[in-house]
Amino acid sequence: MDASIVGILMLDGATNGAVYALLALAIVLVFAVTRVIFIPQGEFVAYGALTLALLQLGRVPGTVWLLVVLALLAAVLDAVQRARRGVPLAQVIVAALKSLAIPALIVGVTLWAAPLKLPLVVQSLLTLAIVTPLGPLVYRLAYEKLADATVLVLLIVSVGVHFALTGLGLVFFGAEGFRNPSFWDARFSAGALSLSGQTIIIFLVSIALIVALYLFFERTLRGKALRATAVNRLGARLMGISTSGAGHLSFGLAAFIGALSGLLIGPATTMFYDSGFLIGLKGFVAAIFGGLASYPAAALGAIFVGLLESFGSFWASAFKEVIVFTVIIPVLLWRSFQHGHDDEEE
Amino acid sequence: MSPRALRRYVLIAFAVLLALMPQLPVPEFWITQANYIGLYTLVALGLVLLTGVAGLTSFGQAAFVGLGAYTAAYLTVTYGVSPWLTVWIGLGVTALAALVLAWVTLRMSGHYLPLATIAWGLSLYYLLGNIDALGKYDGLLGIPALKFFGIELNTGRSYFYLLWTLVLCATIALTHLLDSRAGRALRAVKGGTTMAEAMGVNTFRTKVTAFVLAALLASVSGWLFAHFQRTVNPSPFGLNMGIEYLFMAVVGGVGHVWGALVGASAVQILKDQLQVWLPKLMGTSGNYEMIVFGILLVLVLQYARDGIWAFVESRLPRVHRKVDWVDAPALASRPRPPHGEVVLDVNAVRKEFGGLVAVNDVSFQVKAGEILGLIGPNGAGKSTTFNLVTGVLPATRGEVRLMGQRIDGLPSREIARRGVSRTFQHVKMIAGMTVLENVALGAHLRGHRGFPSALLRLDRAEERSLMREAEAQLVRIGMGASIHELAGNLALGPQRLMEIARALCADPTLLLLDEPAAGLRHKEKQGLADVLRQLRSEGLSILLVEHDMDLVMGLVDRVVVMEFGTKLIEGTPDVVQASPAVRAAYLGTEH
Repeated sequence: MDASIVGILMLDGATNGAVYALLALAIVLVFAVTRVIFIPQGEFVAYGALTLALLQLGRVPGTVWLLVVLALLAAVLDAVQRARRGVPLAQVIVAALKSLAIPALIVGVTLWAAPLKLPLVVQSLLTLAIVTPLGPLVYRLAYEKLADATVLVLLIVSVGVHFALTGLGLVFFGAEGFRNPSFWDARFSAGALSLSGQTIIIFLVSIALIVALYLFFERTLRGKALRATAVNRLGARLMGISTSGAGHLSFGLAAFIGALSGLLIGPATTMFYDSGFLIGLKGFVAAIFGGLASYPAAALGAIFVGLLESFGSFWASAFKEVIVFTVIIPVLLWRSFQHGHDDEEE
Repeated sequence: MSPRALRRYVLIAFAVLLALMPQLPVPEFWITQANYIGLYTLVALGLVLLTGVAGLTSFGQAAFVGLGAYTAAYLTVTYGVSPWLTVWIGLGVTALAALVLAWVTLRMSGHYLPLATIAWGLSLYYLLGNIDALGKYDGLLGIPALKFFGIELNTGRSYFYLLWTLVLCATIALTHLLDSRAGRALRAVKGGTTMAEAMGVNTFRTKVTAFVLAALLASVSGWLFAHFQRTVNPSPFGLNMGIEYLFMAVVGGVGHVWGALVGASAVQILKDQLQVWLPKLMGTSGNYEMIVFGILLVLVLQYARDGIWAFVESRLPRVHRKVDWVDAPALASRPRPPHGEVVLDVNAVRKEFGGLVAVNDVSFQVKAGEILGLIGPNGAGKSTTFNLVTGVLPATRGEVRLMGQRIDGLPSREIARRGVSRTFQHVKMIAGMTVLENVALGAHLRGHRGFPSALLRLDRAEERSLMREAEAQLVRIGMGASIHELAGNLALGPQRLMEIARALCADPTLLLLDEPAAGLRHKEKQGLADVLRQLRSEGLSILLVEHDMDLVMGLVDRVVVMEFGTKLIEGTPDVVQASPAVRAAYLGTEH
C-alpha cells in the first residue's frame, strides 16, 4: 500500500462520508425534534436515486402514486378529525382540497414530464419535489398519533415504516439495480489522484447544505422554533410553536436530505430498492458518535465511517459491512464512559 | 368453577390437544407450521420479557438464533460433537455475546440497545455469509437429526414433542418469573431507574440479566432450528427476521407471556397466506409481505398497543392472588438505634446545577424516634435535598452521614440497603401490578432469591414471607381492603399511602416522605398522622416534606425551613411559627 492508494482511499472515504454526514444530520434533527429514531431515513435515499432512474427511462415512477395515496389518506384523516371537532363541512372540504393541491400539481407535472425525458437537472428537481413531501406525510400517518409515546414505541413504529417503504420500493422499482448518469463528467487529476466532477459536486452540495441548515437554524424563526422544540416540547408548545408543525418540517427536511443524498450517490453506485437501508444505517453509526444530539460530532463521525468503509473494503472487502457496523460497539463503550448514566424517565 | 381452576383446565386442555395433534391425521403441512410456530414462540417469549416487561427492546434476536444454530451445525457437522453438548456451548457463546452488547449499551438511555442490536444483527449476518468454514452464504448441510433415548427425531411429528415440551416449559417458567421478587424488580425497571434503585434493585444488572435471558431463549430456538431443518444458512438470521420476531411479540401482546405464542401463530399463518396471495396479485415473486407487516405493525401500535392477547385477557375473569402467607415466617428485621441517637447527619451539603445553587450548604440532623419537618415555599430545594440524601443526585459538596457512616456518593440502592427508605413527590409505581405486589417491591432487599429460583419456582417460601410483610404494612396504613386492586386503579391519595407502605416494607431506620398528604382527604390525613406517630414511638426516624401546615405543626418534633436553597431557621413548631423570617418567606414582607 503506497501513498497514492492511501490518497485514493481517503478521497473515496471522504466522498461517501460527506453523504453519510448529510444523513446523520437529518437523523439527529429528526430525533431531537420528534424523539423518533428514523430508521427509514435510508429509504428516501433509494427513493431519490431510483425515482430519477425511472424518469431517465421516461417512465412514471411509482413514488408518485405513493404520494397520491398518502396525501389522500392524510387528507381523509384530517377531514374526519376536523369534522369531529365540529368544523363546518364546507371548511373541512376546502382544507382537504388545499392540502391536496400541491401533491396534485406534482403528480400532474410528473405525468406530463416523464415521457419527455427532460434534462437531468430538471428531472432531479422533479425527483426532489416527488420525494420530499413523502416525509411529512409519513410523519402524519405513522407517527403523529403517537407523538407522545415513548422513544421505544416510536422506534418500533420506525421499523414498521422501514419494512413498508422497502417493500413498496420493490413494487415501484423492481428487483434490478440502476446506476444514474453523472451530473458532471469532467475528470481532474492531481498526481495519482483523480477527481471526478461528481465527487466535486458531492462535496459542494454537502457543504452548501450544511451551511444552509446552519443559517436556517441560526437565522430564521422557523429554524429557531425547531431548535426550541428540540430543547423542550412542552415549553415550545406553550410559546405557541406547533410541535406537530415542527414534526412535519423536520420530516420534510429529512426526506429532502435523503432524496438529495440519493441523487448524489446514484451515479457512484448501483442502487437497488433496498440499498438505502444500509446507507441510512451508516448515517446512524455516524449519528451515534454524537449521541444522536451533536451535529458536528455526527458529521465527523460520518467522515470516519466513510474512511473506515473505504479502507475496510481495501483490506477485507467481504467484511467491510461487518467492520463498519461492529465499530458501533467501541463507540458506544466510549460514550458510556464519557457520559455514564444519561438515563431518561419514561 | 373458580377463575383459577378455569385457567388451569384451559392450560391442561391446550397441552393435551398439543400432545394429540401429531397422532391425529393432521396434514404434514400443519405439523410443520406448528413446529415453526414453536420455534418462533421461544424467541418471541424473550422479547416479551425484554420489551413488555423490562421496557427494552432488541432487533437482533434473529442473530442470537443464528448463533445457536450455527454453533450446533458447525460442531456437529465438522467435529461430530453430540447435539446434547452443542446446545450448552451455543448457550455459552450466546450469553457471552449478549453480555458484551448489554454491558456496553445498557448504562446509557434505552434507545442505544436497540440501535446496537441492529448493528449486531447486520454484522453477524455478513460475518456468517463470508466465513469459509461456515460455508459462506450457502451455509452448512447435513446436520444430523437429534436422538432422544435412541429415538431419532427425524420427522416433523417426532420433533414436535421435544419442541413443544420446551416451548410450554419456557412459557410457564416465564409466567413464574413475572410473579416473583426478580420479576417485580424487572417490571420496576421499565418505568425508569429512580424508583427501582430506591427500592434497592440493581437496575443495570437486572436489565443485563433480562437481555441475556432473552438471548438464551433465542439460542435454544436456533439449536432446535438447526436440527429441525438439518441445514443452516445466514438468511433466516438476518435483520429482517429480527424485526419479524419483534412484530410477533407486538402483535400477540408484548406485555403478556401468552402473547408470544399468539403472536408467533398469527404472524406465521398470515405470512404463509400472504406469500401465496401477494405474488399472484403482483405478478412476480418477492418479499411483498414486508409491506403488510410494516403497515400492520404501525396500525397495531396506533390502535391496539397491547396486542391480541390483551383482548383475551380482558375477557377472562381476573384471578386474585391466593392468600397463602398467613402462617409464613416473618422477615428478619433491623435493630433500632437507641432513642435520641443521631441517625442522619447532613453537614453543609451543596448542589449546583450549572450556575444555579439549588441547595446552599444546608445542615441538619435527624435523631432516632424523631419526626423532622422540612418545609419551605415551592422551589426552596426540599426535593433536591431529599435527592441528595437518597443518592438520586450527587452532592456538589458536603457530607451526609447515616449512623455515623458517610453515605454521600453512594448509589441509591446502597443507601437503601443501609436503611433509608423513601416515597416520591410524584407517585412512582407499577400501574399494572396489584397493590400488594407493588408494596412487596419495597421488601426487595429483605429477600435474596433471584432469576434462577424464580424460573424454577424454588422461591415460594421466601415469597410468602415477603407477601406477609407487604400485607402487614398495608393493613397498618389502613389499606388492608384493597390489596388485590391494580395500583393504577387507585385514586391519588391511596397511591401515596401505598408508597408509604412500600417504604415501610424495607424495614427502614430512616423514612423520607415527600409530600405524603397531598391528595389525601381529611380523614385519611388523620389516619396518616396516627400511623406516623406510631412509627415514631417504635423508634423510627422520619424526615417529612409537606405543605399541609396543620399536619406538619401538629406532628413533628422539629422543623427546618428552607428558602431559595438556604436553611432559614430550625426549631420547634412553636418557634418556627412565631418567626417573622418564616412569615416573610411564605407571605412576603410589607414595605
